[in-house]
Amino acid sequence: MNDLRPRRLDDCIWEIPAAGDRPVPVRIYADRELLDGMDAKVFEQAANVTRLPGIVAACHAMPDAHWGYGFPIGGVAAFDPDRGGVISAGGVGFDIACGVRTLVTDLTPERIAGQRERLADELFHSIPAGLGSTGHLHLDGKAMEAMLAGGARWAVERGYGSEDDLARIEENGCMAGARPQAVSRRARERQRDEMGTLGSGNHYLEVQQVDAIHDPAAAAAYGLQEGGILVSIHCGSRGLGHQIGTEFLKRMVLAAGQYGIRLPDRELACAPLDSPLGQEYLGAMRAGINCAMANRQILTELTRRAFSRVFPGAQLRLLYDVSHNTCKEETHRVDGRPRRLFVHRKGATRAFGPGHPELPEALRPAGQPVLIGGSMGTASFILRGCGESESLAFSSACHGAGRAMSRRAATRSWRGRQVVDELAARGILIRSPSLRGVAEEAPGAYKDVAAVVEVAHRAGLARKVARVRPLICIKG
Amino acid sequence: MDQAHWEHFQHQADVGVRGIGTSMAEAFEQAALALTAVVTDPRRVQPRQAVELDCRAPDPELLLVDWLNGLIYEMATRRLLFSRFRVDLRGETLQGTAWGEPLDPRRHRPAVEVKGATYTELAVRQRDDGCWVAQCVVDV
Repeated sequence: MNDLRPRRLDDCIWEIPAAGDRPVPVRIYADRELLDGMDAKVFEQAANVTRLPGIVAACHAMPDAHWGYGFPIGGVAAFDPDRGGVISAGGVGFDIACGVRTLVTDLTPERIAGQRERLADELFHSIPAGLGSTGHLHLDGKAMEAMLAGGARWAVERGYGSEDDLARIEENGCMAGARPQAVSRRARERQRDEMGTLGSGNHYLEVQQVDAIHDPAAAAAYGLQEGGILVSIHCGSRGLGHQIGTEFLKRMVLAAGQYGIRLPDRELACAPLDSPLGQEYLGAMRAGINCAMANRQILTELTRRAFSRVFPGAQLRLLYDVSHNTCKEETHRVDGRPRRLFVHRKGATRAFGPGHPELPEALRPAGQPVLIGGSMGTASFILRGCGESESLAFSSACHGAGRAMSRRAATRSWRGRQVVDELAARGILIRSPSLRGVAEEAPGAYKDVAAVVEVAHRAGLARKVARVRPLICIKG
Repeated sequence: MDQAHWEHFQHQADVGVRGIGTSMAEAFEQAALALTAVVTDPRRVQPRQAVELDCRAPDPELLLVDWLNGLIYEMATRRLLFSRFRVDLRGETLQGTAWGEPLDPRRHRPAVEVKGATYTELAVRQRDDGCWVAQCVVDV
């Protein structure tokens, strides 16, 4: 594997050069320490991605990259539909449009100080979390169809949130080109009782406090101030997305030969963008994106209601909602000319810079908020998209801390109760239906999110705006 | 030769399930137990009711992924956990039965939900000692 050894290009950019059947290089954004901490599988997986038909410029590995399925988690790759480019179900992953949204409250630390336990309990009772939890909404065939086509807009029309929220969601809350008819009966069946649920694993709802401002102008544009209280929600498209991923992965594996695609790894299952299967997946995946945005919209309204029971009149304004497991059709300048590309971001956040036409007017001067979740006990960060990121990595940045340790190793190192008690001693309240789940998600099982964010900032993938620390974490 | 058993193996973000048995079918049954063990201790799950599954795939590895994904689907939509399995393999088809009971969060204390079985570290093979191994990483 010597030929896959990255060589340093810059302060925090490394490259595995193109060679043989790899027409474009792999670019890795990391400092020495993060690079050394990356599993060799990251390099192998990113190199495999560059073997897929129609890849443009490079496969990029974000600073939080780790060993995934087919694509590394933290992988970005763009494909040109006019040059045989593909769409990969593995490149999006099972949790289609898993993402983060952040709400800015008008509460002060003083106002919540004596009410934290009550707020934690209220949120825990209001937000369905963990395996087997069901939502308050049960969708029949017609409602499912409308949700898959309408996304967060559908949720707003059903009374979950307001029109103002939609402008603060990618695609204005409704992914165009969704094809509900491409979503199977089984995928719908998995979602019937799961709308408005958080899920489990690394998904969470956190009440947070801004504890450092790095970019005062952008922070002001985002409505962030030191000490301010925020809420962040991390979850995805639930069972529906998982089932779409499962089914298309298999169909793409079986069809690869027919399309003349040699898969370096079956998990990289893909189909040409202009093929019937590629188009069908695209339509189903976009419906999955709508499901995820609708899900986060419903959870937002449940959160607002829980807050209002503890703090009557409290306002929770949506800062932004951004997904980090997607394939999006976007125009990017490559070698000086604009090209229509399909950008896969698997565990990577879109990060449009200032002035981008897709951003709502209020966010255009500062650039898109880039929401980076940390682990339960550490900080999270809010960054902003910057112009440099387009030429670096199709306007993409990291998405989180990234695991440093497997779940099994984590449960051998910590007990759930111990993690809850230690965090409580540091003023962080955890509410979870599963203590083993908490142990698997122990803060020590994750990489240092600050180091990841620092590299993203230095490399020019996105710029730091604020650091936030958790006060309450509802863990699935 | 060891008796049939299951184990988990390491994956950085998720977890690998591995079944080991004296036949390929037995390895598939053990891999299913390993899948349950990602969620809860299988010894806490009573095999009270049965669900039948039929899978079809052109090779044993794809068949293993189908079998595990079939179980994940049944667990999710029927809100069941399983602790006993029987697998019959014939060519490209698998006929399986899974016995379990409804999920009871208090008693089963589920750790995490499984999203899907992946093709990562996917293998179905016979070892030198004659045992069959069936394994893959599952996304949680």
